[in-house]
Amino acid sequence: MIKTEELTRKFGDFIAVDHLNLQIVRGEIFGFLGANGAGKTTTIRMLCGLLMPSSGRIWVNNLDVAKEGEKVKKSIGYMSQRFSLYQDLKAKENLEFYAGVYATPRAEAWENTLPLLEQFGLKESLNMRTAELPMGYKQRLSLVCALVHNPPLVILDEPTSGVDPQARREFWQVINQLAFAGKTVLVSTHFMDEAEYCHRVIIMQAGKEVALGPPRELKQRFEVQNMQELFMKVAGGINAKLK
Amino acid sequence: MPNLNRIRAIAGKEVYHILRDSRTLAIVILMPILQLIIFGYAMNMELQNVPLAISDLAHNHASRRIIQAFEQSGYFRIIPVAVEDFVPEELFRQRKAQATLSIPRDCGEERTQMLLKVDASDPNTAQLIQNYALGILGGGAKSGLLDLRPFILYNPDLKSSFFFVPGLIAMILVMICALLTSISISREKEMGTMEQILVSPVSALEILLGKVIPYILLGLLDAFLILGVGMLLFKVPFAGSFVVFLGFSFLYVLCALCLGLLVSTIAKTQQAAMMMALGITLLPTLLLSGYLFPIPSMPAVLQKITLIIPARYYLVIIRGIMLKGNSVAELYQAGLSLIVMTIVMLIVAVKRFKLRLI
Repeated sequence: MIKTEELTRKFGDFIAVDHLNLQIVRGEIFGFLGANGAGKTTTIRMLCGLLMPSSGRIWVNNLDVAKEGEKVKKSIGYMSQRFSLYQDLKAKENLEFYAGVYATPRAEAWENTLPLLEQFGLKESLNMRTAELPMGYKQRLSLVCALVHNPPLVILDEPTSGVDPQARREFWQVINQLAFAGKTVLVSTHFMDEAEYCHRVIIMQAGKEVALGPPRELKQRFEVQNMQELFMKVAGGINAKLK
Repeated sequence: MPNLNRIRAIAGKEVYHILRDSRTLAIVILMPILQLIIFGYAMNMELQNVPLAISDLAHNHASRRIIQAFEQSGYFRIIPVAVEDFVPEELFRQRKAQATLSIPRDCGEERTQMLLKVDASDPNTAQLIQNYALGILGGGAKSGLLDLRPFILYNPDLKSSFFFVPGLIAMILVMICALLTSISISREKEMGTMEQILVSPVSALEILLGKVIPYILLGLLDAFLILGVGMLLFKVPFAGSFVVFLGFSFLYVLCALCLGLLVSTIAKTQQAAMMMALGITLLPTLLLSGYLFPIPSMPAVLQKITLIIPARYYLVIIRGIMLKGNSVAELYQAGLSLIVMTIVMLIVAVKRFKLRLI
């Protein structure tokens, strides 16, 4: 589904992403882990075409992102780190707007989102101004908006930051359903417990890959009990080396 | 090819923003009216009640007619001065009078010579006083010596409102339209919503067209609003046709909106956009469009610069329509210039608009 080759992005002298090679298959939940500034968001932004790589290449669905940007964009549903729906629009109007920019017919858009709206308990709030929705519901609405065109690839940049634990569990339930339905899900997070839900994770540090694999395998390899310990061990280890 | 559904989605969303954001509505409705009133009254170049001292040594029928003419003109206020106090320089110094007129004993006879002294510490005002006085003497008194017959077309009373209201329409429209589009795009950049639009397959042209279309209506609404208030408050005439006005104002509004788009491709924040939009519209329009200063009397370099000021063309159009009753035949060249500018700016904006974040 996604393949990157020596993907690198520099901002001046600062190397945000350093020669990253990834291969992500269909139906996989792939987690990006790392501290702030490790390069997660920069990688994600390059994958969905928001940033140009300084060097290296990206293929999504065997399409070269640099050359066939528009086709690639159609197949991606993206939820940015920052809440970015229109607060002065009603929930419903936000949905219809995103259906519009993806040129998805209204009926089809409702078909794509109605089950999810019901599951999220958003159906009753569709006529509310987005600004009036509680934070958790705003996040859910963002996710629904990202899925309005039924994309095969869903990219979520820290979707659960600022959301209470109960809502986070529900969110992950939906992510699992999406993968089960055959969608590929890329998700970045700094909650290590969430990493356990991923099929595979990459731990990034200073733009580089420091560990990559299924959580269970990684825990065995590094002889740790949980992802939190794993993270401290691999990411902390690099820090020690740098010193 | 731009996709109509996508343009409609963006334009539709923009309409919701406009209807729900009181700030936009304030910019669109209150700002032009306030500006028109402030500029209108501040830039009033007519003189009224100029204090005038008259020394009448003749005291006959002819001299009384002259004094009466000054009184009735409305431009002058005759201040009573005793004969022994009639020292023009002293009156000017004490600011009791701005002009004095000495009527000699032989007024009404064959060769009357009168002396008009004007306080020229403000040369523009002095010039106006002189013109008014000559007008009154030439037209009203028929004194023989001062047989001056001014013949002025289109604005016979030289009313300055005829001159500034069309100019203000040009200035306010370009300012507000450039503000509207530039702020609306930079706001999305600031709020982070632009990122969400950029990951979708929309093209730069679709985004920009979707942004411009709803504001065309607002711009035209403004054009009629300013025109209406101008006609109501300042009694400006409207000699031409409203359809012609609508058509050419449409071109001008579109041009100004595209200028705003261009600004938004440079400015990163709403504040920067606002400063830039005001900066490139306010002063250039005021100084270089031919509004305040005639273009032919500018240095050659500045004359070249005026060619890229949209208001320069609209000013020709709007003065032509309002005062001369011009129709398309006389105005199409100015209209074409606006179209060319609009197309160039739109192309540059589309080229400059980044579909990526950095």
